[in-house]
Order: sequence, then C-alpha cells, then structure tokens
Amino acid sequence: MKYFYFIFKNLTRKKVRTSLTILSIMVAFLLFGLLRSLSAAFDGGAEIAGEDRLVTIHKVSIIQPLPQSYLAKVQALTGVEKATTANWFGGYYQEKKNQFAQFPVLADDYFDIYKDLIKLPPAQLESWKKNRVGAVVGRALVDKYHWKIGDRIPLIGMFPQKNGSTTWEFVIEGIYDAKTQGADTSAMLFHYDYFDKSRQFGEGTIGWLIIKVKDPKQSAQVAAAVDALFENSFAETKTNSEKDFAKSFAKQFGDIGLITTLILGAVFFTMLLVAGNTMAQSFRERIPEFAILKTLGFSDVTVMLMVLCESLVVCVFGGILGLMLAKFIITGAAVEFAATLPGLGMSWKIMGMGLVLVILLGFITGAAPAIQGLRLNIISALRRN
Amino acid sequence: MSNSATLEKSAKEVPASNEVLANDVLVSLTNISKTYKKGKELVPVLTDINVKIQRGDFVALMGPSGSGKTTLLNLLGGLDNPSAGELIIAGQRIDKFSSSQLTKWRAQNVGFIFQFYNLMPVLSAEKNVELPLLLTNLTSKERKAHVAAALDLVGLADRAKHYPSELSGGQEQRVAIARALVSDPNLLLCDEPTGDLDRATADEILALMQELNQEQQKTIVMVTHDPRAADHARHTLHLDKGKLIQE
Ligand SMILES: Nc1ncnc2c1ncn2[C@@H]1O[C@H](COP(=O)(O)OP(=O)(O)OP(=O)(O)O)[C@@H](O)[C@H]1O
Ligand SMILES: [Mg+2]
Repeated sequence: MKYFYFIFKNLTRKKVRTSLTILSIMVAFLLFGLLRSLSAAFDGGAEIAGEDRLVTIHKVSIIQPLPQSYLAKVQALTGVEKATTANWFGGYYQEKKNQFAQFPVLADDYFDIYKDLIKLPPAQLESWKKNRVGAVVGRALVDKYHWKIGDRIPLIGMFPQKNGSTTWEFVIEGIYDAKTQGADTSAMLFHYDYFDKSRQFGEGTIGWLIIKVKDPKQSAQVAAAVDALFENSFAETKTNSEKDFAKSFAKQFGDIGLITTLILGAVFFTMLLVAGNTMAQSFRERIPEFAILKTLGFSDVTVMLMVLCESLVVCVFGGILGLMLAKFIITGAAVEFAATLPGLGMSWKIMGMGLVLVILLGFITGAAPAIQGLRLNIISALRRN
Repeated sequence: MSNSATLEKSAKEVPASNEVLANDVLVSLTNISKTYKKGKELVPVLTDINVKIQRGDFVALMGPSGSGKTTLLNLLGGLDNPSAGELIIAGQRIDKFSSSQLTKWRAQNVGFIFQFYNLMPVLSAEKNVELPLLLTNLTSKERKAHVAAALDLVGLADRAKHYPSELSGGQEQRVAIARALVSDPNLLLCDEPTGDLDRATADEILALMQELNQEQQKTIVMVTHDPRAADHARHTLHLDKGKLIQE
C-alpha cells in the first residue's frame, strides 16, 4: 500500500497520455456494455422462455392463420396440460410510432399458462373477464404512456371492424407485472371473443397456439404429435419449444449475438494494441528509474508488480467508468424503449463479464512491460546512455 | 609485479582526531577479476584486484575512461558479481550472494549516488529520500523523521516539497546524497557525483561529502576523473586497464 502513492504519481506523469488511454478504454467498455445489453435484449425472450411451453404456428409462416377449432383438438392430446390461443393485432396508439404488441387472447387461460413470468391481481382478472371491451396492459406500457385503470384506449388496427372503422377502443381493467426479471410487460391483452366477433373478415381463425405440456421431458413427443395431428390438412402446423420460437424470432433481425461478438472482438483487439503500446512506451521511458529502484534494493518482483499495477489501475479505472456509463445509458433507454425492446437492461452478468474483461485487459497489456521490469538489469540499464 | 595497492594518504591534510582506526577493515577484495562475454570472446575488465578499505575512509577511484572504475564500484555495491576472487564487506562474502540476497543486502548496506538519473521526477525531494525506507518496517511517522534528518544533513530542509525539476543540479545531488544516507548504510558509493556540475557547485558537494566522512564517519568510495575532486578524499586509488597501480 505504501507503494501506491508512487504508482499513482507515475500515472500522473503524463496526464494527457494517461487520460487518453483511460478514455479509450472507457469507450471500449461503454460499447461493450451497450452492445451486450442490446444483444441480450434481443435474445431475452429465449433466455426466460419456459421449457414446458410449446408454440404452434402455421407451417408456412406465423402470418398465416390457423382454424380456431385446432384448440380443442390439441387440448385433447395426451401429454398436453393446457392450451390456449393468441392472435396478432398490429395496431398503434395515437401515432404510428407508438407501436407495441397487442394480442387478442383467452382471458381464462392466458395468465395461467404464463404464471411463471407474469402476474395479474385476481380482482383485476375478474373485472377484465366481465368487460367485453376490457383490456389488461403490462407495467412497461403503463410507465411509458402513463395509463391507469379505467382509461379508454383507442387503437388504430390493421383489421377493420364490421362497421368499417379501424379504430378499436378498449378500457383498461388491469395492469400485470413481471414475476421473473426480464419478463415482457409491454403487451396489451384483450378478449379474443370480442375481437373475433367484431372483425370484418378472418372470423374463426387464430394466430398461434400456446401449449403447456405435462412433462417437459415429453416436449418433443408432444410437438410431434400436434404436427402429426394436422398433417395433410389444409393448414399444416409447425410446433416448437417456446425457446426455439423466441430464438428464431430474434434471428429475424440477423444474428445479433454474432455481430456484437465480432464488433467487440475487433474493439478489444484494437484496445490491446493501443493500451499495450502505451504501457510499453511508458515503461521504456523510465528504464533508468526502474534501475535506480532496483539499486536501492527494490526486488525484481516488486518492480514487476508496480508495472503491472499501473496497467491494471488504468484499465480498471477506464473500464469501470465505461461500464457505469453503459449501465446509466441502458437504464435510461430501457424506459424509453420498454415497448419496442422489452427486457432491455444491463444485467449483473454483463457487468461481471465486463469486469473480468477489464482485469484481463489490464493483465495482458501490462504483461510485457512487467516481465521486462522483472528482468531489467541494473548495470545495462544505467549504461544505456 | 604486484597488483596489490597500498593506500596512500592523499596530499590533503586530514585532522588527526578523525584518523581512521588502523585495523577496522570494512571492504576487502582479494584477487578480484571481472570478465565480460562479448559474443564468444571474453573481455577482461578487472584483473587481480587486491585492496582493503578501512571503515571511515574516503577513497577516490581514478583512472582513464574505460579502465574499469564503474565496474569496480558496481562490484563493491553488489550490483554485479565478480568473475573470480573474494569480496568481503562488513564481514560478509558478498561474492557468494545470489542476486536476490544482493538486493536485500544493498538496501541495508550501501547508498549509491550516480552522475545522472538519481531522482524520480514524479516524486518530491522528501518522497525521493523516503524510497529506501519503504523497504523497511518503519512506520510512516518514523520514516518522516528519518527523511527530515537526512535532508537537514545535506542542508535542504527547506526544499523538502520541491520536485527535481524545481531543483538545481547541485541540489539534486544533495537529495541523492540524503537518499543514500537515509537508511544509514555502511558504505557510500558515488560514480562521478560531480561530473555534471560546475566547479563551484562541485566543490560544495565535495565539501559536503568530506563533512559526512569526517563528522558522520561515513565510509565513501568515489569514482572521479577530476584530480581536484580526488583531493577531498583521504586516499586515492588508480586504475588502468583493469589493474590497480601504485602511485
Ligand atoms: N556489459 C559489458 N559487456 C562488455 N564490456 C563491458 C560491459 N560493461 C563494461 N564493459 C567494458 O569494460 C570496460 C570498463 O568499463 P567501465 O564502465 O567500468 O569503465 P569506467 O572506468 O567507468 O569508464 P568511464 O570513465 O568512461 O565511466 C570498458 O572497456 C567497457 O567497454
Ligand atoms: Mg564509469
């Protein structure tokens, strides 16, 4: 500890250079925090998706509808504990940019099937069931649009009503919250029955089926059984685990994970060169000083640790600044993008990974000068000039 | 031909009261040789050096450039090991020491003053002087007291907070001397300590060293090119082509 003052003083010798190095490391880890958080948000659905839930869609694509009658047939299969349906609504609130997920669902089953992820107070569930035009909304939406129970929310939908209007009005009867961290609370749910009876065309169709299996180990068999059931019918199905479904959904945007890894890889490689070169240069300039220290009786190992400490301090300082800034930005953005990119947040896992990388960077960039410091020979170092 | 040199009294008058004790040998070199390997060739730098230095002595080491003065001083200071011979300092065979033993030994037994690079530019005078004490078990308070005493001894008590860039060349060397003294070593080793100073400043530094020798009984070995600097010492050794020669 008594050496720390000296190490600190050495870092302040070239203030501009030290600041620039810290700044570049900070930017690198800011980028790391932002990209990793974004990529995690895209994959977020897959992370928390239940192992015991299956999603059945039309074999061609999720846009093709399935007959509503499939629900009863699926429910009758052995191995299925419960099944329910959902539709795509695709509306917006007031302005086109206010897009979020809206699903016509079956109020009796939806919260039961997703009870591990989201929760709705029972009293609100009851009043929602009683109101034909009632809707429940997630906490993220409420935070964004400052809605409250009882508010009338008009949505401009893709589907015209029988009366020709594309404006659908709903009354908020409940607000649901996440039970698990990262669970999506950015959807608006309303009654399938009301939606189905009021729309101009497409009556009696659903978007997809959500199936809860009795035993997660039987998931593959149940999925195969569902698809076999509708084989050779006019609407063949494709059933996958919710995890695979979420993954393939995220893949629509390209392989974000791979892209981030590639970008971050390039950033770190550059960082290694930049910081490593700076550390090496700063060491070279001080060779006679290290020789004097050894002359005074500082051991080879002490000198090595001093050099290593310098690079660790620079990397850890810059890195933590960058990670904190990323956390700050992501936390702010999470509120802003709650509806478009639910589950956006910088997790402790990303933070921890960042810290490990920071320390690794410190060790790698400090290694070469530290070893030179260890080996530095007093006589040749002082003779050099 | 004899390689052993008898220490002569230098021309300078030395006060009788401070006469060195006749048989208190601090440094003893017996048949010391040093060769460097240059490629496949062995380059002899020092051959068969035999000399004893008494505790409390002030020895000037002179000789032409390349004669091996620095090499000999480095051996005395445990910065390097001799290729052959016996080197005893304060009763210890330091030629037998490993490099890590030498490192520890240096911290307790020798103080160095070089011509250049002595001070850490990022540390103030007092922090520079404190450096050797960081290797001891002294508390921060004790360290401060030692540093203050050492700076006082070299007449720089009022410059404690100054950085090397704010000091003159002579003051820098005084700080270096304070640092060499602060852990109270057996031996002060100086390699051309005044080589970079003007005449008047050099004389001040030499007077300070003489004072340290006479009043604090410090044993000093000083490499110098300058006969006037050597005049401040009690004895002078001459090296030529790696051998000690008698005057
Ligand atoms: N590491 C080394 N390898 C090879 N030769 C060396 C090495 N170190 C010193 N020498 C040689 O040893 C000889 C003595 O060098 P030294 O530095 O001791 O001389 P010096 O008397 O101090 O000279 P100066 O007055 O110029 O400082 C020189 O010829 C030098 O070239
Ligand atoms: Mg020399």
